[in-house]
Amino acid sequence: MAPRIGIVGIGHCRFGNSSDYDLVDVIAYSANDALEDAGGLALRKEVDQVFVGNMAAGMFNHQTAVASALISRMDMEPCPAELIENGPASGASAIRMGYMAIASGMADVVLVAAGEIMRTVSGWEATNIVATMAHTEAEYNMGLTLPGFAGMFTRLYMQKYGLTERDLALVAVKDHANAALNKYAHVQIPVTIEAIADGPEANVVNNYVAEPLRMYSTCPITDGSAAVILVNMDSPKAKLFKKKPIRIAGIASATDTHCVHNRKDPLVLDAVRLSAEKAYKMAGIGPADISVAELHDAFVIFELLNSEEVGFFERGKSFLGVRNHETEIGGRIPINTSGGLKAKGHPVGATGVSQVVELVRQLRGEAEEGRQVKDPKYGMAVNFGGFGNNVVTTILAKD
Amino acid sequence: MAIDELEKKLRPPERGLPPYPAKMIKLASGEIMVVREARREDIGALLGTVYPLIEVAKDYYDIVAARMYNELLAWYRYRIANEFAIVGAIDGEIAGIVTSRDVDGKLGMSLHTMTIKRGLRVGAQLFAAKMEHHIEYCKEDEVWIVAESPIGFKRWMIEYELEDRSAQYPAVRHELGGVPTFALTRKLWDAVKAVKCTGTRPVPPEILKTADKLKMPNEYVQLPGWKRNG
Repeated sequence: MAPRIGIVGIGHCRFGNSSDYDLVDVIAYSANDALEDAGGLALRKEVDQVFVGNMAAGMFNHQTAVASALISRMDMEPCPAELIENGPASGASAIRMGYMAIASGMADVVLVAAGEIMRTVSGWEATNIVATMAHTEAEYNMGLTLPGFAGMFTRLYMQKYGLTERDLALVAVKDHANAALNKYAHVQIPVTIEAIADGPEANVVNNYVAEPLRMYSTCPITDGSAAVILVNMDSPKAKLFKKKPIRIAGIASATDTHCVHNRKDPLVLDAVRLSAEKAYKMAGIGPADISVAELHDAFVIFELLNSEEVGFFERGKSFLGVRNHETEIGGRIPINTSGGLKAKGHPVGATGVSQVVELVRQLRGEAEEGRQVKDPKYGMAVNFGGFGNNVVTTILAKD
Repeated sequence: MAIDELEKKLRPPERGLPPYPAKMIKLASGEIMVVREARREDIGALLGTVYPLIEVAKDYYDIVAARMYNELLAWYRYRIANEFAIVGAIDGEIAGIVTSRDVDGKLGMSLHTMTIKRGLRVGAQLFAAKMEHHIEYCKEDEVWIVAESPIGFKRWMIEYELEDRSAQYPAVRHELGGVPTFALTRKLWDAVKAVKCTGTRPVPPEILKTADKLKMPNEYVQLPGWKRNG
């Protein structure tokens, strides 16, 4: 039987523009923040394994072997350390690897730190780098980028289910309102539905990026890092940490076809559904038990789709829930209380860990006033690698 | 003030540009930004707004601020011809400034765009207003544009798909130091103005009044911890 595994430390930097800083320093910042949260920097000597989540430091920063560099930067030799790369799901995959290391008995304490510095390059170059995760011949070489994909995806959903551009804007308004209260968020600016959708100037203020996606349907390009410390709750080492663990009740991943056009229905995200089903089964709960969720919304359409695939809404009905305020803090199922990728930001390799940090803050009751979900029991994070082809779902529990 | 003969010789000839009518834009935050032409009596506030940013190297604020300070001061002291500045103000506080000048009635010379309040595309709106003034009101055929920062390059050269005239150097030579020159032609403007330029006119008097006396920002996101008079 696998041991109980929990999170005893969380760290996070303010997301935004860190392009003047070294990637390893930025990751180390959050790693040290997590150690401080857990009880102090001396605890780094108790760490049995480090996993680093990062997607593309080789391209963004001309740097490789980030895990090795982090160990030296933090004075943690000879602790084993590996880099985990799974596109924008690198962070959640790193947590999953940490879970597996503890479950296997090879470690009792794992530090998972993740980060990305993307703003070293221009916006269109960043888009190009992220697009390298698409299929080389069938997609990337045809000029497809992730915003392009998401635009087509959104158009298809609109035609099939009646989603409107205003519905997309409603998601953005909700996310920005949450981010405005989140000290870690990149864009701490609330936006209004009149300004970005209803008003006469909305067409320019909220310009198209990849029709029908507009600027406020799309995440910004963001730098940042986040870290968590996992511990075997049944090991003697668990007593070294001052914070009560937030238990990982379920963690699972699933994959789908690399080429989106090979899927029977492009609007069905099998990997999200399957990873969520496995995580629910592992946790012994269902969608109705989730109190708060961080769903990967690099484009707001994904928040809607993901919320359907994990069972919060029927297929094609999620935007109706947004209209009814069900996904707001205080609603039936608060989604992206952090501001989501949309407003908190999406430093690709860090996002999965950042989502989990937000859930821990919520489950501990440490979120800022106005952003705290009332008495949450279970939190869910869905982190998306590729265009839905490699997904990790994590469920945390407050015992 | 008496202007002696020497001073007369030093001052540039002025053509007298048509006025730029004020407009207002509702930003994504819901805040109303009044966009209006700067007046001579505004220059003190504009200089005071720009000056602290001369120390900010990030995103080339230092160069833009220093050059804009020069342009505003030169305008105030009559050492540049046919210059205009447009300011964006939110509740009277300066959110952004653009400077530009008319060369000969047919050609506009875009000088600088300074965003003070970031994250709401204030700079993009003010740049569009500057182009609107050149093409729609001054009736110029084209505007020459350069960028100091990568952000500017993306916002203007890429998003407006400006014509690259750098191969025509030195025949085509922007006044700002021989860096690559790009051009916004009337044809390009007509193609993009619907998605780049917005604003409501006329501005109701009670809203226009908020931007009558401009206020300098007390803090800048570009200068963490800095406070005016702090």
